[in-house]
Amino acid sequence: MKKFSVETSLSYPKKGAMGKTGSWRVFKPILDKKKCVKCLRCWIFCPESSIHREKDDSVSIDYEFCKGCGVCANECNVKAIIMEREEAKKN
Amino acid sequence: MMRLKDFPVDECLLQGNAACPGCPATIGLRLVLKALGKKTIMVVPACCTSVIESLYPHTSFDIPVMNIAFEAAAAGASGVEASLRQQGRTDITVVAWAGDGGTYDIGLQALSGALERGTNFIYICYNNQIYSNTGIQRSGATPYAAWTTTTVGGKNELRKEMGDIILAHHIPYAAQTCISYPEDVFSKVTKAKNIKGPKYIEILAPCPPGWRFSMDKTVEMGRMAVDSGAWALWECENDKMIFNGKSKLILEKKIQRKPVEDWIKYQGRFGHLFRPQRDEKRLKAIEEYVDSLWDRYRKCYLGK
Ligand code: SF4
Ligand code: SF4
Repeated sequence: MKKFSVETSLSYPKKGAMGKTGSWRVFKPILDKKKCVKCLRCWIFCPESSIHREKDDSVSIDYEFCKGCGVCANECNVKAIIMEREEAKKN
Repeated sequence: MMRLKDFPVDECLLQGNAACPGCPATIGLRLVLKALGKKTIMVVPACCTSVIESLYPHTSFDIPVMNIAFEAAAAGASGVEASLRQQGRTDITVVAWAGDGGTYDIGLQALSGALERGTNFIYICYNNQIYSNTGIQRSGATPYAAWTTTTVGGKNELRKEMGDIILAHHIPYAAQTCISYPEDVFSKVTKAKNIKGPKYIEILAPCPPGWRFSMDKTVEMGRMAVDSGAWALWECENDKMIFNGKSKLILEKKIQRKPVEDWIKYQGRFGHLFRPQRDEKRLKAIEEYVDSLWDRYRKCYLGK
């Protein structure tokens, strides 16, 4: 990446600039691919870009950064996504 | 109108940023940046988005962003635009992206100045009706009777009509939209991108912690706002006003707007109007205000 010299503080783009936000989750979205009609509503509305869209417009969920907000489940008109409580993490 | 299938796949806002779960600002940013593409420079004043950028020395934005003081978004964007003009770079879109606090209140004079000077840029206000970044204080955009940490019994004043203030500048393009309508946001931002001169777009952004509703309902809250007529989708190109989607049907009285109560009853910030008993007086005042808003819209814009 091209670095610039400027007399001010500069930040550079990084995926996970706030860490692995997937650890924030209390509820986890679970996708049932058989029910999905590829409408892409979950993809467009996910605040975290955590719904991946494939070439054939099928979708999958990326749990690394998904914050578990549940917007995808709420917006899916055919209920192909449900929210399940995360299993308690062992310390 | 564009179908979701035709939306670009590229993302300029990276995953793993500091936004709250269910944040409407990030939904708005994704949509706006899909429409604008990578050749965009964003100017961001103090607002939630300066937090969403995350921690130095990293940023979650994959485009150049300049952070600037609360009152200076439009002034900063004017400077960036002037510099690009000097360099002959006409391929880059300059966008000021500010919250309602930085637009309605603190950044108003810089914004008005830039619009009046004819600066070639897009000013986008994502309106969550509060100063949410600093902890949910009232702003000029906070609606009547809403609780905030500085209006504990509910706000006594009506919200400012920012649309009217903008329209008084007679700029080439102004619009109001909402994060719940991706096609509407996309088409308005694309339109603004292709028009020279100052453009203003305001995006309603329902904020789960600020409005006190469950974080999975962000998009639904936006839809309800439009259904109830508390928020209108419109665009005004060269002083020609058009209402869009449901707002058009409400304007033309083809459908009845839903009661505002059906929208606010899901928001904790209006909880004191329903518990311990219904505050009929203020609930009535809210409906009357929205009725008067539409009466005025009809008087000004219907059949023209
Ligand atoms: S739960 Fe929220 S962050 Fe996770 S995939 Fe669904 S919409 Fe995206
Ligand atoms: S919203 Fe539901 S049906 Fe549409 S793409 Fe997502 S999972 Fe599939």
